Amino acid sequence: MSQHSHSHDDSVEMARHHHIHADLPPDPALRVKALESLLTDKGLVDPATIDAWVETYESRIGPRNGAKVVAKAWVDPDYKQRLLSDATTAIAELDLLGSQGQHMVALENTPGIHNLVVCTLCSCYPLPLLGLPPTWYKSAPYRSRAVLDPRGVLREFGLDLPEHVKIRVWDSTAEVRYLVLPERPAGTEHLNEAQLATLVTRNAMIGVAKVTA
Amino acid sequence: MNTIHDLGGMHGFGAIAPERDESPFHETWEGRAGGILEVMTFPPGFTVDRFRYLRETLRPDLYLVQSYYEQWLYIAEQVLLEAGMISAEELARGKASPQSTKRNDSMRADAVWDFLHDRAHSGRPLAQAPRFTSGQRVRARNMQPAGHTRLPRYARGRSGMIVSHHGGHVLPDASAHGKGDAPQHLYTVRFAARELWGAAAHPRDSVHLDLWESYLEPA
Repeated sequence: MSQHSHSHDDSVEMARHHHIHADLPPDPALRVKALESLLTDKGLVDPATIDAWVETYESRIGPRNGAKVVAKAWVDPDYKQRLLSDATTAIAELDLLGSQGQHMVALENTPGIHNLVVCTLCSCYPLPLLGLPPTWYKSAPYRSRAVLDPRGVLREFGLDLPEHVKIRVWDSTAEVRYLVLPERPAGTEHLNEAQLATLVTRNAMIGVAKVTA
Repeated sequence: MNTIHDLGGMHGFGAIAPERDESPFHETWEGRAGGILEVMTFPPGFTVDRFRYLRETLRPDLYLVQSYYEQWLYIAEQVLLEAGMISAEELARGKASPQSTKRNDSMRADAVWDFLHDRAHSGRPLAQAPRFTSGQRVRARNMQPAGHTRLPRYARGRSGMIVSHHGGHVLPDASAHGKGDAPQHLYTVRFAARELWGAAAHPRDSVHLDLWESYLEPA
Protein backbone atom coordinates (compact mmCIF):
# COMPACT_ATOMS: atom_id res chain seq x y z
CA MET A 1 0.00 0.00 0.00
CA SER A 2 2.71 2.43 0.95
CA GLN A 3 4.52 1.36 -2.20
CA HIS A 4 1.43 2.26 -4.18
CA SER A 5 0.95 5.73 -2.65
CA HIS A 6 4.66 6.42 -3.14
CA SER A 7 4.45 5.78 -6.88
CA HIS A 8 1.22 7.75 -7.03
CA ASP A 9 3.03 10.76 -5.50
CA ASP A 10 5.83 10.31 -7.98
CA SER A 11 3.50 10.33 -10.94
CA VAL A 12 1.72 13.44 -9.65
CA GLU A 13 5.11 15.08 -9.21
CA MET A 14 6.15 14.03 -12.71
CA ALA A 15 2.92 15.27 -14.24
CA ARG A 16 3.38 18.62 -12.53
CA HIS A 17 6.97 18.73 -13.73
CA HIS A 18 5.91 17.96 -17.28
CA HIS A 19 3.15 20.50 -17.16
CA ILE A 20 5.58 23.23 -16.07
CA HIS A 21 8.17 22.28 -18.65
CA ALA A 22 5.96 21.41 -21.61
CA ASP A 23 5.89 25.08 -22.49
CA LEU A 24 9.60 25.75 -22.07
CA PRO A 25 12.28 25.31 -24.71
CA PRO A 26 14.51 22.26 -24.23
CA ASP A 27 17.87 22.21 -22.47
CA PRO A 28 19.98 25.09 -23.83
CA ALA A 29 23.07 22.90 -24.10
CA LEU A 30 21.21 20.68 -26.58
CA ARG A 31 19.76 23.66 -28.45
CA VAL A 32 23.22 25.21 -28.84
CA LYS A 33 24.63 21.93 -30.07
CA ALA A 34 21.85 21.61 -32.65
CA LEU A 35 22.23 25.22 -33.79
CA GLU A 36 26.03 25.03 -34.07
CA SER A 37 25.88 21.83 -36.08
CA LEU A 38 23.15 23.22 -38.36
CA LEU A 39 25.04 26.47 -38.98
CA THR A 40 28.28 24.59 -39.58
CA ASP A 41 26.42 22.37 -42.05
CA LYS A 42 25.16 25.44 -43.91
CA GLY A 43 28.47 27.28 -43.84
CA LEU A 44 27.01 30.07 -41.66
CA VAL A 45 29.57 29.65 -38.89
CA ASP A 46 32.99 28.05 -38.50
CA PRO A 47 33.44 26.21 -35.16
CA ALA A 48 37.11 27.28 -35.10
CA THR A 49 35.94 30.91 -35.19
CA ILE A 50 33.68 30.31 -32.18
CA ASP A 51 36.70 28.75 -30.41
CA ALA A 52 38.70 31.91 -31.16
CA TRP A 53 35.91 34.16 -29.86
CA VAL A 54 35.63 32.17 -26.60
CA GLU A 55 39.40 32.16 -26.16
CA THR A 56 39.57 35.93 -26.71
CA TYR A 57 37.07 36.66 -23.93
CA GLU A 58 38.48 33.98 -21.62
CA SER A 59 42.05 35.17 -21.78
CA ARG A 60 42.71 38.29 -23.86
CA ILE A 61 39.98 40.84 -23.08
CA GLY A 62 39.07 41.49 -19.44
CA PRO A 63 39.23 43.95 -16.53
CA ARG A 64 43.04 44.12 -16.72
CA ASN A 65 42.54 46.45 -19.71
CA GLY A 66 40.46 48.90 -17.71
CA ALA A 67 42.89 48.63 -14.79
CA LYS A 68 45.72 49.83 -17.07
CA VAL A 69 43.72 52.95 -17.93
CA VAL A 70 42.95 53.67 -14.27
CA ALA A 71 46.53 53.14 -13.09
CA LYS A 72 47.89 55.39 -15.83
CA ALA A 73 45.42 58.12 -14.87
CA TRP A 74 46.53 57.83 -11.23
CA VAL A 75 50.23 58.32 -11.99
CA ASP A 76 50.03 60.71 -14.96
CA PRO A 77 48.00 63.91 -14.32
CA ASP A 78 48.11 64.92 -18.02
CA TYR A 79 46.74 61.55 -19.04
CA LYS A 80 44.02 61.84 -16.41
CA GLN A 81 42.96 65.20 -17.86
CA ARG A 82 42.84 63.74 -21.36
CA LEU A 83 40.86 60.74 -20.08
CA LEU A 84 38.27 62.93 -18.37
CA SER A 85 37.88 65.33 -21.29
CA ASP A 86 37.93 62.75 -24.13
CA ALA A 87 38.06 59.16 -22.89
CA THR A 88 37.66 57.66 -26.37
CA THR A 89 40.90 59.23 -27.60
CA ALA A 90 42.79 58.69 -24.33
CA ILE A 91 41.90 55.00 -24.23
CA ALA A 92 42.75 54.59 -27.91
CA GLU A 93 46.29 55.80 -27.02
CA LEU A 94 46.69 52.50 -25.14
CA ASP A 95 45.32 50.51 -28.11
CA LEU A 96 42.48 49.12 -25.99
CA LEU A 97 39.42 50.10 -28.00
CA GLY A 98 37.10 47.64 -29.59
CA SER A 99 33.61 46.25 -29.36
CA GLN A 100 31.19 48.73 -27.77
CA GLY A 101 34.10 50.88 -26.72
CA GLN A 102 34.01 53.51 -29.42
CA HIS A 103 32.26 56.19 -27.39
CA MET A 104 33.82 56.12 -23.98
CA VAL A 105 33.20 58.47 -21.07
CA ALA A 106 35.31 58.27 -17.89
CA LEU A 107 33.59 59.22 -14.63
CA GLU A 108 35.82 60.40 -11.78
CA ASN A 109 34.99 59.35 -8.24
CA THR A 110 36.00 61.91 -5.61
CA PRO A 111 35.43 62.20 -1.86
CA GLY A 112 32.14 64.01 -2.68
CA ILE A 113 30.92 62.21 -5.83
CA HIS A 114 30.39 58.50 -6.42
CA ASN A 115 29.49 57.17 -9.89
CA LEU A 116 27.64 53.92 -10.57
CA VAL A 117 27.04 52.35 -14.02
CA VAL A 118 24.07 50.19 -15.05
CA CYS A 119 22.12 49.21 -18.15
CA THR A 120 18.46 48.91 -17.12
CA LEU A 121 17.22 47.95 -20.62
CA CYS A 122 19.71 45.19 -21.49
CA SER A 123 23.34 44.64 -20.54
CA CYS A 124 25.49 47.34 -22.21
CA TYR A 125 28.98 47.28 -20.75
CA PRO A 126 32.44 48.56 -21.78
CA LEU A 127 33.51 45.21 -23.25
CA PRO A 128 37.02 46.14 -24.46
CA LEU A 129 37.96 47.49 -21.04
CA LEU A 130 36.19 45.06 -18.71
CA GLY A 131 35.53 41.96 -20.81
CA LEU A 132 32.15 40.24 -20.60
CA PRO A 133 29.85 41.46 -17.82
CA PRO A 134 29.37 39.37 -14.67
CA THR A 135 26.00 37.66 -14.21
CA TRP A 136 24.86 40.02 -11.44
CA TYR A 137 25.31 43.05 -13.73
CA LYS A 138 22.91 41.48 -16.24
CA SER A 139 20.44 40.33 -13.56
CA ALA A 140 16.99 41.76 -12.78
CA PRO A 141 17.87 42.70 -9.16
CA TYR A 142 20.76 44.97 -10.22
CA ARG A 143 19.07 46.43 -13.31
CA SER A 144 15.85 47.24 -11.44
CA ARG A 145 17.38 48.69 -8.28
CA ALA A 146 20.57 50.51 -9.33
CA VAL A 147 18.51 53.50 -10.54
CA LEU A 148 15.85 53.43 -7.79
CA ASP A 149 17.93 52.55 -4.73
CA PRO A 150 21.63 53.01 -5.48
CA ARG A 151 22.53 53.43 -1.82
CA GLY A 152 20.87 50.14 -0.93
CA VAL A 153 22.62 48.44 -3.85
CA LEU A 154 25.99 49.79 -2.75
CA ARG A 155 25.38 48.67 0.85
CA GLU A 156 24.76 45.17 -0.50
CA PHE A 157 28.22 45.34 -2.06
CA GLY A 158 29.62 46.44 1.33
CA LEU A 159 29.88 50.13 0.49
CA ASP A 160 28.01 52.38 2.93
CA LEU A 161 28.49 55.91 1.58
CA PRO A 162 28.05 58.93 3.85
CA GLU A 163 25.00 61.20 3.43
CA HIS A 164 27.05 64.08 2.01
CA VAL A 165 28.30 62.06 -0.99
CA LYS A 166 26.40 62.65 -4.24
CA ILE A 167 25.61 59.44 -6.08
CA ARG A 168 25.47 59.72 -9.86
CA VAL A 169 23.96 56.73 -11.61
CA TRP A 170 24.59 56.31 -15.37
CA ASP A 171 22.04 54.21 -17.27
CA SER A 172 23.73 53.08 -20.52
CA THR A 173 20.81 53.69 -22.88
CA ALA A 174 22.88 54.47 -26.03
CA GLU A 175 26.26 53.39 -27.42
CA VAL A 176 28.16 55.59 -24.97
CA ARG A 177 30.08 53.31 -22.57
CA TYR A 178 31.06 54.41 -19.08
CA LEU A 179 34.19 53.62 -17.10
CA VAL A 180 34.40 54.70 -13.46
CA LEU A 181 37.77 56.14 -12.48
CA PRO A 182 37.96 55.12 -8.80
CA GLU A 183 39.83 57.11 -6.14
CA ARG A 184 43.44 56.08 -5.66
CA PRO A 185 43.67 54.49 -2.21
CA ALA A 186 45.79 56.13 0.49
CA GLY A 187 49.13 54.54 1.25
CA THR A 188 49.95 53.65 -2.37
CA GLU A 189 52.44 56.46 -3.02
CA HIS A 190 55.33 53.96 -3.23
CA LEU A 191 53.66 51.80 -5.90
CA ASN A 192 54.41 52.11 -9.61
CA GLU A 193 51.84 52.06 -12.42
CA ALA A 194 51.98 48.28 -12.97
CA GLN A 195 51.66 47.59 -9.24
CA LEU A 196 48.74 50.00 -8.97
CA ALA A 197 46.97 48.27 -11.86
CA THR A 198 46.90 45.01 -9.88
CA LEU A 199 44.81 46.74 -7.17
CA VAL A 200 42.06 47.92 -9.53
CA THR A 201 39.03 45.63 -9.59
CA ARG A 202 36.24 45.23 -12.12
CA ASN A 203 33.66 46.16 -9.47
CA ALA A 204 35.48 49.43 -8.74
CA MET A 205 35.33 50.35 -12.45
CA ILE A 206 31.55 49.66 -12.50
CA GLY A 207 31.21 51.73 -9.33
CA VAL A 208 30.01 49.11 -6.83
CA ALA A 209 33.29 49.07 -4.88
CA LYS A 210 36.23 51.25 -3.91
CA VAL A 211 39.83 50.29 -4.58
CA THR A 212 41.68 49.23 -1.45
CA ALA A 213 45.43 49.00 -0.94
CA MET B 1 8.03 48.29 -26.36
CA ASN B 2 6.64 48.25 -22.85
CA THR B 3 7.71 44.83 -21.71
CA ILE B 4 9.72 43.12 -19.01
CA HIS B 5 13.19 44.11 -20.25
CA ASP B 6 12.47 47.69 -19.07
CA LEU B 7 13.40 46.87 -15.48
CA GLY B 8 14.52 50.22 -14.07
CA GLY B 9 12.69 51.07 -10.84
CA MET B 10 10.85 47.77 -10.38
CA HIS B 11 10.55 46.01 -7.04
CA GLY B 12 10.48 42.37 -6.12
CA PHE B 13 13.59 40.84 -7.69
CA GLY B 14 15.41 40.38 -4.40
CA ALA B 15 19.05 40.72 -3.48
CA ILE B 16 21.92 40.98 -5.95
CA ALA B 17 23.92 37.78 -5.92
CA PRO B 18 27.54 38.34 -6.97
CA GLU B 19 29.56 35.15 -7.46
CA ARG B 20 33.11 34.81 -6.21
CA ASP B 21 35.74 34.58 -8.97
CA GLU B 22 33.09 34.28 -11.67
CA SER B 23 34.47 33.06 -15.00
CA PRO B 24 33.12 34.48 -18.29
CA PHE B 25 31.22 31.27 -19.04
CA HIS B 26 29.70 28.97 -16.42
CA GLU B 27 29.32 26.09 -18.84
CA THR B 28 30.82 25.30 -22.23
CA TRP B 29 27.50 25.83 -24.03
CA GLU B 30 27.37 29.46 -22.86
CA GLY B 31 30.59 30.25 -24.69
CA ARG B 32 29.33 28.43 -27.80
CA ALA B 33 26.03 30.41 -27.71
CA GLY B 34 27.88 33.69 -27.20
CA GLY B 35 30.31 32.89 -29.99
CA ILE B 36 27.60 31.86 -32.46
CA LEU B 37 25.72 35.12 -32.03
CA GLU B 38 28.88 37.16 -32.48
CA VAL B 39 30.66 35.43 -35.36
CA MET B 40 27.89 33.79 -37.40
CA THR B 41 26.89 35.17 -40.80
CA PHE B 42 24.14 37.77 -40.37
CA PRO B 43 21.52 38.76 -42.92
CA PRO B 44 22.34 41.98 -44.83
CA GLY B 45 21.37 45.12 -42.94
CA PHE B 46 21.27 43.46 -39.52
CA THR B 47 21.94 45.94 -36.68
CA VAL B 48 22.74 45.87 -32.97
CA ASP B 49 19.38 47.58 -32.46
CA ARG B 50 17.57 44.70 -34.17
CA PHE B 51 19.52 42.39 -31.85
CA ARG B 52 18.27 44.25 -28.77
CA TYR B 53 14.72 44.39 -30.14
CA LEU B 54 14.65 40.63 -30.77
CA ARG B 55 15.74 40.03 -27.17
CA GLU B 56 12.77 42.17 -26.08
CA THR B 57 10.40 39.94 -28.07
CA LEU B 58 11.21 36.96 -25.85
CA ARG B 59 8.09 35.97 -23.87
CA PRO B 60 8.17 37.98 -20.62
CA ASP B 61 7.90 34.92 -18.38
CA LEU B 62 10.83 33.30 -20.20
CA TYR B 63 12.83 36.55 -20.12
CA LEU B 64 12.85 36.39 -16.34
CA VAL B 65 13.81 32.73 -15.97
CA GLN B 66 16.21 32.17 -18.86
CA SER B 67 19.90 32.77 -18.41
CA TYR B 68 21.60 35.47 -20.45
CA TYR B 69 23.17 33.08 -22.97
CA GLU B 70 19.90 31.17 -23.32
CA GLN B 71 18.44 34.49 -24.45
CA TRP B 72 21.33 34.92 -26.90
CA LEU B 73 20.52 31.52 -28.30
CA TYR B 74 16.91 32.65 -28.81
CA ILE B 75 18.13 35.81 -30.58
CA ALA B 76 20.42 33.83 -32.91
CA GLU B 77 17.56 31.49 -33.83
CA GLN B 78 15.18 34.41 -34.44
CA VAL B 79 17.67 36.34 -36.60
CA LEU B 80 18.20 33.36 -38.89
CA LEU B 81 14.57 32.25 -38.96
CA GLU B 82 13.16 35.69 -39.78
CA ALA B 83 15.72 36.13 -42.57
CA GLY B 84 14.90 32.69 -43.98
CA MET B 85 18.55 31.63 -43.61
CA ILE B 86 17.41 28.54 -41.71
CA SER B 87 14.00 26.86 -41.48
CA ALA B 88 12.16 25.71 -38.36
CA GLU B 89 12.49 22.13 -39.59
CA GLU B 90 16.25 22.45 -39.97
CA LEU B 91 16.50 23.97 -36.50
CA ALA B 92 14.48 21.13 -34.97
CA ARG B 93 16.68 18.51 -36.65
CA GLY B 94 20.02 20.31 -36.23
CA LYS B 95 20.82 19.45 -39.84
CA ALA B 96 20.68 21.31 -43.13
CA SER B 97 17.94 20.22 -45.50
CA PRO B 98 19.23 18.33 -48.57
CA GLN B 99 18.12 21.23 -50.82
CA SER B 100 20.19 23.77 -48.92
CA THR B 101 23.43 25.03 -50.46
CA LYS B 102 26.46 25.47 -48.25
CA ARG B 103 27.99 28.97 -48.07
CA ASN B 104 31.73 29.49 -47.81
CA ASP B 105 31.95 33.11 -46.61
CA SER B 106 31.66 32.82 -42.80
CA MET B 107 34.08 34.70 -40.53
CA ARG B 108 37.49 33.03 -40.19
CA ALA B 109 39.14 32.42 -36.82
CA ASP B 110 42.01 34.79 -37.61
CA ALA B 111 39.54 37.64 -38.17
CA VAL B 112 38.04 37.57 -34.64
CA TRP B 113 40.51 39.93 -33.00
CA ASP B 114 40.07 42.61 -35.67
CA PHE B 115 36.31 42.09 -35.64
CA LEU B 116 36.21 42.85 -31.91
CA HIS B 117 38.24 46.01 -32.51
CA ASP B 118 36.41 47.28 -35.57
CA ARG B 119 32.74 47.18 -34.71
CA ALA B 120 30.30 49.32 -36.58
CA HIS B 121 30.35 52.78 -35.09
CA SER B 122 27.02 54.41 -34.19
CA GLY B 123 28.26 58.02 -34.53
CA ARG B 124 26.97 59.83 -37.65
CA PRO B 125 27.90 63.39 -38.60
CA LEU B 126 24.83 65.65 -38.78
CA ALA B 127 24.51 68.85 -40.79
CA GLN B 128 21.77 70.39 -38.67
CA ALA B 129 22.67 72.06 -35.39
CA PRO B 130 21.65 70.42 -32.11
CA ARG B 131 18.34 71.69 -30.75
CA PHE B 132 19.49 71.66 -27.12
CA THR B 133 22.56 72.97 -25.34
CA SER B 134 24.34 71.94 -22.15
CA GLY B 135 22.62 73.30 -19.05
CA GLN B 136 19.22 73.49 -20.76
CA ARG B 137 16.16 72.04 -18.99
CA VAL B 138 14.35 69.37 -20.99
CA ARG B 139 11.54 66.90 -20.48
CA ALA B 140 11.55 63.31 -21.73
CA ARG B 141 8.44 62.86 -23.83
CA ASN B 142 5.56 60.69 -22.77
CA MET B 143 5.68 58.12 -25.57
CA GLN B 144 4.71 54.45 -25.60
CA PRO B 145 6.03 52.98 -28.87
CA ALA B 146 5.11 49.36 -29.55
CA GLY B 147 8.50 48.86 -31.25
CA HIS B 148 12.06 49.28 -30.00
CA THR B 149 13.05 52.38 -28.06
CA ARG B 150 15.78 53.32 -25.62
CA LEU B 151 13.71 55.69 -23.50
CA PRO B 152 12.92 53.70 -20.34
CA ARG B 153 9.45 54.08 -18.81
CA TYR B 154 10.84 55.47 -15.57
CA ALA B 155 12.10 58.63 -17.32
CA ARG B 156 9.09 59.37 -19.54
CA GLY B 157 7.44 62.66 -18.68
CA ARG B 158 10.26 63.59 -16.27
CA SER B 159 12.36 66.74 -16.43
CA GLY B 160 16.10 66.95 -16.36
CA MET B 161 19.08 68.93 -17.58
CA ILE B 162 21.34 68.40 -20.59
CA VAL B 163 24.86 67.71 -19.31
CA SER B 164 26.57 66.76 -22.57
CA HIS B 165 26.07 66.39 -26.30
CA HIS B 166 27.58 63.46 -28.22
CA GLY B 167 26.89 64.48 -31.83
CA GLY B 168 24.70 62.48 -34.20
CA HIS B 169 24.01 58.81 -33.51
CA VAL B 170 22.00 56.08 -35.24
CA LEU B 171 18.43 56.15 -33.86
CA PRO B 172 17.63 52.69 -32.41
CA ASP B 173 13.86 53.20 -32.87
CA ALA B 174 14.44 53.31 -36.67
CA SER B 175 17.45 51.02 -36.99
CA ALA B 176 15.77 48.14 -35.13
CA HIS B 177 12.97 48.10 -37.69
CA GLY B 178 14.79 48.32 -41.01
CA LYS B 179 14.25 52.07 -41.34
CA GLY B 180 17.90 52.98 -41.77
CA ASP B 181 20.21 54.95 -39.49
CA ALA B 182 17.94 58.04 -39.18
CA PRO B 183 20.66 59.70 -37.05
CA GLN B 184 19.75 62.30 -34.43
CA HIS B 185 21.69 64.33 -31.89
CA LEU B 186 22.37 62.36 -28.72
CA TYR B 187 22.56 63.98 -25.27
CA THR B 188 23.28 62.90 -21.72
CA VAL B 189 20.46 64.16 -19.49
CA ARG B 190 20.69 64.36 -15.69
CA PHE B 191 17.51 63.70 -13.71
CA ALA B 192 17.35 64.38 -9.99
CA ALA B 193 16.53 61.15 -8.13
CA ARG B 194 13.59 62.98 -6.51
CA GLU B 195 12.17 63.96 -9.91
CA LEU B 196 12.15 60.28 -10.90
CA TRP B 197 11.23 58.60 -7.64
CA GLY B 198 9.61 61.19 -5.39
CA ALA B 199 10.37 62.63 -1.97
CA ALA B 200 11.77 59.43 -0.50
CA ALA B 201 14.77 59.54 -2.87
CA HIS B 202 18.05 60.99 -1.64
CA PRO B 203 18.23 64.75 -2.36
CA ARG B 204 21.83 64.57 -3.60
CA ASP B 205 21.43 61.65 -5.99
CA SER B 206 20.83 61.73 -9.73
CA VAL B 207 20.38 59.38 -12.68
CA HIS B 208 21.83 60.07 -16.14
CA LEU B 209 20.44 58.74 -19.41
CA ASP B 210 21.68 59.04 -22.99
CA LEU B 211 18.68 60.26 -24.98
CA TRP B 212 18.08 61.11 -28.64
CA GLU B 213 16.70 64.49 -29.67
CA SER B 214 13.23 63.19 -30.59
CA TYR B 215 12.87 61.77 -27.07
CA LEU B 216 13.11 65.28 -25.62
CA GLU B 217 11.19 68.55 -25.52
CA PRO B 218 12.06 71.87 -23.87
CA ALA B 219 10.92 71.98 -20.24
